[in-house]
Amino acid sequence: MEMSILIAFLAATIVAGTSILLAALGELIAERSGILNLGVEGMMLVGAVTGFLMAIKTGNHWYGLLAAMLAGGLLAALHAFICVTMRGNQVVSGLALTILGTGISGVVGKAYQGVPLSNPFKAVHIPGLADIPVLGPILFRQDALVYCSILIAIIIWYVFYRSRWGLSIRAVGQNPAAADAVGISVSRVRYCCTILGGVLAGMGGAYLSLAYAPSWQENMTAGRGWIAVALVIFALWNPLRAIMGAYLFGGVEALTFRLQIIGISISSFYLAMLPYLLTILVLALVTIRLRQETGTPAALGLAYDREER
Amino acid sequence: MRVPIIEMTGIGKSFPGVIANEDITFKVYGGEIHALLGENGAGKSTLMSILAGLYRPDAGIIKVKGQMVQFHSPRHALASGVGMIYQHLRLVDNLTVAENIALGVSGQGFFLNRIEIEAASQKLSDQFGLDVNPRAKVSQLSLGEQQRVEILKMLYRGCDILILDEPTTVLTPRETRELFKVLRLMTQQGKAIILITHKLNEVKTIADSITVLRRGRVVGSASNQDLTEQDLTRMMVARAISPEKINRQRRQLGNPVLELKNLGVIGDQGHWAIQNASLTIGRGEIVAIAGVAGNGQRELIEAIAGLRPVKSGQITLAGEDISALDVRARLRRGINMVPENRLGMGLVPNLSIMENGILRNYHNKDFYHGIFFDYKRMRDYVNKLVEKYNVQLADINHPVNYLSGGNLQKLLLAREISQAPQVLLASYPVRGLDIASAEAVFTILQEEREKGTAILLVLEDLEDVFRLADRIAVMFNGQINAVLDVQNTDLEQIGSLMLGMSGEKVNGAENQVN
Amino acid sequence: MVLRIRLIKREQESAVARITVPVLSVISALLFGWLFLFIYGAEAGETYLKMYHGALGTSYAFSETLVKAIPLMLAGLAVSLAFRMKLWNIGAEGQLYMGAFAASGIALGWGNQPAWILITVMLLAGFIAGGLWGLITGVLRARWGVNETITTLLLNYVAILWVDSLVYGPWRDPQSLGFPLTPRFSMNAYLPTLGDSRVHIGLLIALLIAIIFYYLLNYTRWGYEMKVIGESHLAARYAGINVPRNIMLVMLISGGIAGIAGMIEVTGITHRLQSGISPGYGYTAIIVAWLGRLNPFAIIVVAFLMGALLVGGFAAQSSGIPFSIVLILQGSILFFLLAGEIFLKYRLKLSRRAAE
Repeated sequence: MEMSILIAFLAATIVAGTSILLAALGELIAERSGILNLGVEGMMLVGAVTGFLMAIKTGNHWYGLLAAMLAGGLLAALHAFICVTMRGNQVVSGLALTILGTGISGVVGKAYQGVPLSNPFKAVHIPGLADIPVLGPILFRQDALVYCSILIAIIIWYVFYRSRWGLSIRAVGQNPAAADAVGISVSRVRYCCTILGGVLAGMGGAYLSLAYAPSWQENMTAGRGWIAVALVIFALWNPLRAIMGAYLFGGVEALTFRLQIIGISISSFYLAMLPYLLTILVLALVTIRLRQETGTPAALGLAYDREER
Repeated sequence: MRVPIIEMTGIGKSFPGVIANEDITFKVYGGEIHALLGENGAGKSTLMSILAGLYRPDAGIIKVKGQMVQFHSPRHALASGVGMIYQHLRLVDNLTVAENIALGVSGQGFFLNRIEIEAASQKLSDQFGLDVNPRAKVSQLSLGEQQRVEILKMLYRGCDILILDEPTTVLTPRETRELFKVLRLMTQQGKAIILITHKLNEVKTIADSITVLRRGRVVGSASNQDLTEQDLTRMMVARAISPEKINRQRRQLGNPVLELKNLGVIGDQGHWAIQNASLTIGRGEIVAIAGVAGNGQRELIEAIAGLRPVKSGQITLAGEDISALDVRARLRRGINMVPENRLGMGLVPNLSIMENGILRNYHNKDFYHGIFFDYKRMRDYVNKLVEKYNVQLADINHPVNYLSGGNLQKLLLAREISQAPQVLLASYPVRGLDIASAEAVFTILQEEREKGTAILLVLEDLEDVFRLADRIAVMFNGQINAVLDVQNTDLEQIGSLMLGMSGEKVNGAENQVN
Repeated sequence: MVLRIRLIKREQESAVARITVPVLSVISALLFGWLFLFIYGAEAGETYLKMYHGALGTSYAFSETLVKAIPLMLAGLAVSLAFRMKLWNIGAEGQLYMGAFAASGIALGWGNQPAWILITVMLLAGFIAGGLWGLITGVLRARWGVNETITTLLLNYVAILWVDSLVYGPWRDPQSLGFPLTPRFSMNAYLPTLGDSRVHIGLLIALLIAIIFYYLLNYTRWGYEMKVIGESHLAARYAGINVPRNIMLVMLISGGIAGIAGMIEVTGITHRLQSGISPGYGYTAIIVAWLGRLNPFAIIVVAFLMGALLVGGFAAQSSGIPFSIVLILQGSILFFLLAGEIFLKYRLKLSRRAAE
């Protein structure tokens, strides 16, 4: 294959993976604290539309990003309320919020479909590095959010493994009774992590409407939220592995797209199945053999009730 | 005059229906290992839970290091230097030792300074001989090591008084020795240790002072050298049992029905819950297992019923080896069981009384018209059942959760007995029941015996043991260390066996029924 | 003085709450939807009226509502079966697609068989395909404890892509101008309709299954075992019930019924297999099952209401209201239901306690 095509492809891989990465990082935090959030898709859409609207209104895509984060966080707060305070069913709650988020974004964004964004996130050439042959165009000519996403992943890794907050989060997700016994507030940790998850999902959605497309289209996430959920498992709940996984899955997306342009090759569909199938495989392996060591948060999906021991 | 590091005076605590602690005075001095001894229900756990900040006493004063304190929570107690280590360890198994130690410790900044924590942990570990690697993952440690991590956790938080609740239950003999070495080192450096235990040999080995509780009151307290094992046994169990309350029937023992041969069973935490247990039960007799809770009784009943795999040894029923059979196969052969966990295993919560009444024989052809339930027949069956055994209820269609404790138990027993078992197993059948219900249960069990059923009971109260049993099997540390005829033994002998004194020492005891 | 609110577990679900909570959820959702219509600039009362009329106002509308309700009934029943055992099958969508795929395969390959044979075989094929798809998850869960929520979710997308690969590829109608659909099925493969409308015998199948479920769950040994397992695995083992086998069986049947939902869509409505055969019926089915509190007859009713919502949404759409309002209503009904559910299990207790 011609070099320029390959380079363009790899650059596109990173772009395609960034939205998933952000959402997955959010989901990772939530799941690490023991809350399964299946509302990612809805939170991404709400973030996308809110971000877009704000960017149009203010002409500033950073304000848009902030608005998106807020929107995602709000929706996630509802999820936290149901799961933590009301001890409701986490699966059903997440699905409800996905449907709700999809609906809200559809109504709110109706008037803005197809409206062009005058000031989207544009590629930022990192001085010096951007001119390196091959790697330059792939890695160092991306937009600000791409760099942000990687930075966030590294920060999350750092916080998880090098700070007390991270320790508390990991404990709450694995053995909430033990965490409770040393005085950690399980509710507070889960609330924070879930909301943070929504904030990042909102960012992931905003990436689509403010950088990737950039525009607003109903349902524009097209299932990326679910890929993000899969990615968390595929990456074995590790933020750094999530980066690699996101670009892998993003690569699949980019490749599928290109294959379809060439002429609908059915192999593009099989290719698109890969992330899901691989994730099932990983999940099965992790559950069967390596549960303890690879960190499925043992308390994932279970409500914590101090009286029920 | 030394000031005690812990001084509890006039402590009283009641729960609905039971007085757990009454006017207890308890003193511990720095640098000593103080054993708190008592049989089931004596009140030791309650007293220590009060000290550790879990409960608030109804009456009495607590002083720590001379200062009066009122603990609101375990954390509060820990702030005053009192920490407790429970039987079920509270460690996060996918974290390292150091991470578990640092968990929840506040005021030390945002960043987890691993090096610092590991160094501090190592230092404490060396200081007290704990021999724990701070970098190891908890999931890879043995139970003994995990327990020492818990101790390290307490020490790290500045704990000066450490309470250990039956710490050696899950330990091997070697791990027990290692633990005692650690405890000794700790007291040499000024810490105080309170050991809740029922194991007499361990108490004599390690304790400096001993306090014995019985029925919520202090029976005696003295230094170890001033008390013999006989003294302790007597203090723990001796009391007058009125002669009418002892089973005096000369029984014609029927043929052996159930036989356990060198049974070995693994417990929930991966340790040997039962080792080398042998027992024979015959038709028309009641064998009661006496022993402090947690010595393998529950696991024994579960293993016989088929709910727990047999790791070694054999179980035979009327000569047939049933060790590998599943629950239903054993049920068919007439082994019925009333579990300790009533509303969780024995009965299905939220399902109706009727639905629970048929839990074990719902596949009986009589209940069906073709493939459909014949609800009328089912209702009749359950109604007859509850009537015969006098289970008080409003409507058999109500959820089973509505029943009171006594009626739950009667329902359970009724259901199991109505299947005309060959062998009836019951785990703590009168625990938590009021006197009337307990009496009803006793009567039911005695009637079953008359019918020729072989009955194996796990009982908490020694009085109940002497009242019902024809033979008493004592369990200690997962082994059956003696099987005695009820008429050839007395409270003190059984008591000693329960506390771990070996059979030989005890055989020479006087055969006196007091 | 501190006012404390505590939640105390009830001994039994409150009967009053069992009715009022779902009803209040719907009302709250309507109010919430009103808010968004207001933001959008539409008149809420008018919109709701339009939706009502569009869904139930005419006999045609009514029949269209039934058409939408049928797959929801089937998928809702399918999902509720698994939910009874606390098996979170959110893969009804994928199981539906597999059922549609299998039925289409039969229709395309043996289209010249007599109708009654064809329909029966397609029905079986739909059931088996959906069932096997569900069984994959069942085996993973029963034998190795693999989380069924994630597995069923991921398999949804694999199924959708599988169907896409067929309708964009080897099964595509050469005369379709590039659109991802198969050729029309032969008339023999058309599911017979009831009367003049599009309502087909799928309705009867759904009602039949609801009745079967009702008797199955309440009057048979298997239904009893499922109830016990759903409440307590421990008690189930004590009762001698084979839990892993039941898990696999339930996933098989749950997937199978969802597969039938797929089959009736392709043979009764679209008469061909196409991309996007389901507008999320598998997910809406979860709302239906939950709102119907897992009761087969309630599910039929709720499915009908959800169908009305969908059709009403289309009607509103033709007057400029975005269809998404339907999603807002669906999502918020479920949300309020979840929030309110806690009052089924817990009682609120306010107490004054002296500050500690």
